[in-house]
Amino acid sequence: MIATDVQNRKSAISGKAKLTTRVVRLHYGDFLALKDISLEIPERAITAIIGPSGCGKSSFLRLFNRMNDLIPNAKVEGEVLLDDIPLYGEPIDVVELRKRVGMVFQKPNPFPMSVFDNVAFGPRRHGKRNRRQLEDIVERSLNQAALWDEVKDKLGQSALALSGGQQQRLCIARVLAVECEVILMDEPCSALDPIATLKIEELMRSLAEEYTIVIVTHNMQQAARVSDMAAFLMMDEDRSGVLVEYSATARLFTNPSDKRTEDYITGRFG
Amino acid sequence: MAFRWIKSRASSQRIAFVLLGLATLIVVIPVAFILVQIVVRGAGTISWEFLTDAPSQAGKAGGIGPAIVGTLYLMAGTLLFSLPIGVLAGVYLTEYARDTWLTRLINMAIMNLAGVPSIVYGLFGLGLFVLAMHFGMSLLSASLTLACQALAMTVTTSREAILAVPREYREGSLALGATKWQTVRHIVLPQALPGIITGAVLAMSRAAGETAPILVVGAAFLLPRLPDSPMDQFMALPYHLYTVAAHVPGMPEGTPWGVALVLLVVVLSFNLTATAIRLRVRRRRIGS
Amino acid sequence: MPFLRETETSAANAVGKAQATGLVRRWRVGEKVIEGWIVLAGLLTVAVLLGIVALLIKEGVPIFFHTPPWEFFFGTDWYPVSEPPTFGIMPFFVATLMVTAVATAIAVPVGVACAAYLSEVASPRIRETVKPVIELLAGIPSVVMGFIGLMLLSPVIQQMFDLNTGLCGLTAGIMLALMSLPIIVSVSEDALRAVPDEFRLASYALGATRWETIRHVCMPAALSGIAAAVMLGVGRAIGETMTVLMVAGGALAVPNSPTDPMMPMTAAIASGIGNAVRGGLQYQALFAIGLILFVMTLGVNLIADRVLERQKRKFGG
Repeated sequence: MIATDVQNRKSAISGKAKLTTRVVRLHYGDFLALKDISLEIPERAITAIIGPSGCGKSSFLRLFNRMNDLIPNAKVEGEVLLDDIPLYGEPIDVVELRKRVGMVFQKPNPFPMSVFDNVAFGPRRHGKRNRRQLEDIVERSLNQAALWDEVKDKLGQSALALSGGQQQRLCIARVLAVECEVILMDEPCSALDPIATLKIEELMRSLAEEYTIVIVTHNMQQAARVSDMAAFLMMDEDRSGVLVEYSATARLFTNPSDKRTEDYITGRFG
Repeated sequence: MAFRWIKSRASSQRIAFVLLGLATLIVVIPVAFILVQIVVRGAGTISWEFLTDAPSQAGKAGGIGPAIVGTLYLMAGTLLFSLPIGVLAGVYLTEYARDTWLTRLINMAIMNLAGVPSIVYGLFGLGLFVLAMHFGMSLLSASLTLACQALAMTVTTSREAILAVPREYREGSLALGATKWQTVRHIVLPQALPGIITGAVLAMSRAAGETAPILVVGAAFLLPRLPDSPMDQFMALPYHLYTVAAHVPGMPEGTPWGVALVLLVVVLSFNLTATAIRLRVRRRRIGS
Repeated sequence: MPFLRETETSAANAVGKAQATGLVRRWRVGEKVIEGWIVLAGLLTVAVLLGIVALLIKEGVPIFFHTPPWEFFFGTDWYPVSEPPTFGIMPFFVATLMVTAVATAIAVPVGVACAAYLSEVASPRIRETVKPVIELLAGIPSVVMGFIGLMLLSPVIQQMFDLNTGLCGLTAGIMLALMSLPIIVSVSEDALRAVPDEFRLASYALGATRWETIRHVCMPAALSGIAAAVMLGVGRAIGETMTVLMVAGGALAVPNSPTDPMMPMTAAIASGIGNAVRGGLQYQALFAIGLILFVMTLGVNLIADRVLERQKRKFGG
């Protein structure tokens, strides 16, 4: 199992691994949700996690910002590392971790506050009080999220009044405002229309120059369009999620090594 | 033959529905009757003097000013002692407590606090606040006693209001690196606020109308001066009604009705406010 | 391109790295303090309930050293100020049972029928009009209900049954019925509405009329919820003080019929506590009655809760 993983693993672009997992297992009580997954996610690139629904892609994503902690009987074995720092089994400040590893959710979840307050939420919680400072941060983040022009006159309005696509970009801006290094995206476009989706994909490509992005998606075309590396996860006979193949996107989609990957990509199941 | 059979099934349905409707009338008509009677018989007594003067001649003359003030003090005191604890306990049960036997015990305890008869609260207040803690028969003892009774309500409504806040907001906040308390303070509680306020208003309304506990713990019948401090005795509307209703010979006919009317207005206006808040929140939630 | 990184598996190294980059777990003092207050609030709430029980036991149980429990429960003589004083609570217990029985006999059929009407028959407009009225009824303070019973109902009862006084168990029972109606209607209605529509549709499809469906499908399905509603109503009637204090008559003898004046347990406590010497025998006896009341209402509420939970599990709420 590990030998196969080693063969398939490649570090793209910069060659430095931002996030690493080593033989990681995730238990929900007695149920083994993820089995022996090892991979390295390169920095400043987009890595896609694909696979049929229910195989544990979201659970895997949540390993990196320890959002699984919110589930009462979740247990993690193995190693998960951020820049060589183990995130489990050591006394880690989860709050600080989530500053560095941000998350965008499937359904846009702006807070019921103004656009400004949404983006300023993170910095404010981390101690920034100076109004001027906050305004700069908000403007910068909204610019990075390609939303500034659309909302610059509406900063005081409720975020709930924005369209779905705008709300999702707002959520991205929110995450950028806390100055993270990694952005985890859990099916960020599945609740959006095609035009909004394309906008977000463009945004992702521009953000990838500075940030490490990991995206879970069930949309293969999206993965093929947008990502540099792709990891294919699947359920084995025990319904645990396992890593089947992980390589550069171009290669995975045109010349997959594993038959299961090929079956999935060509739509034979999933 | 079949036609007659169908017809009798239809008519038995009609009879049944009439009876059901009748039952509903039996519920509704007394309410209307009671309200009308109180208004009609009590309105004549209401005047500015009645509402502000102190009672004289054992309540047969004068007004009910001190009773109104006393009731207001009681409501404020109940709120002061029961709301902060109630909200925090609600926060504890929803956000911090793990699903253990202890948590389940606490939930059960609170549900049952609500069912304890008010006279038992009176005994509790007497034994604990009046005697053991030496607060005596006072506004303080009564407020604390009523607050214990209100606690069940404030905890329950806070809990429900907090549970109604969608998970996505919490997750979004935590994923941004906010601590649990920051999430509660800046996201959850503001969202839960209308529900919490509704509970608070209802608790105050209950405090205004409760007689049994304060009968045991502190209310006085005739206290021409207002309480100067929480340790003083006090008058209260429900207790005043109880006394003038049957315990003062020669009471002018309209006076008790006037007192009942004032009490009813106070209690029902608070209930109405709580309902209005609840409806507004529901409408806003559906809208967004 | 490096495949396997050289891992620094030594724990100390890892911690050092975490520390250097600020990821090490820190003691957020502010958080801990606030958490402390929050936990305290939760415990305080439990403390109140425990406190009630503890106090009732502490002040009430001593009476059983003076009057053995058997005599206390079944004795019919309540003479706290005679020499020697006797404490038999049968008059109060029977009175409570009687007014509760009257109240239940009236409120359950009326309340359940009303709930059925609102849930199954009434148009939304009627429902939206009636429900606030019922909430209004629930909001009327008990002293006002007692007052109404005293001024308006008892003269009628006195005339109707040719009694010496209209202050009797029947009058109290009727007023208590009015006070239990809101909870019975509300919980029964919830129970009926929780019955899945599929049941009704299946019944209609088999040719049953609406009434037959209500009677043979909806009500049986909602039975446990309705039972819980009845129990909550009973609990309310048992625990009600002011109404019975003002209207039930206050007589110390064991009542023989609902038209006798009587003194339920709650009224006994309320009227006696003012005169009782703190810590004296009567004081203890009254606390003992309070303890019994507490147990009764607790028991009824607990059963009702269990039944409601079971119903929720059956139909998913």
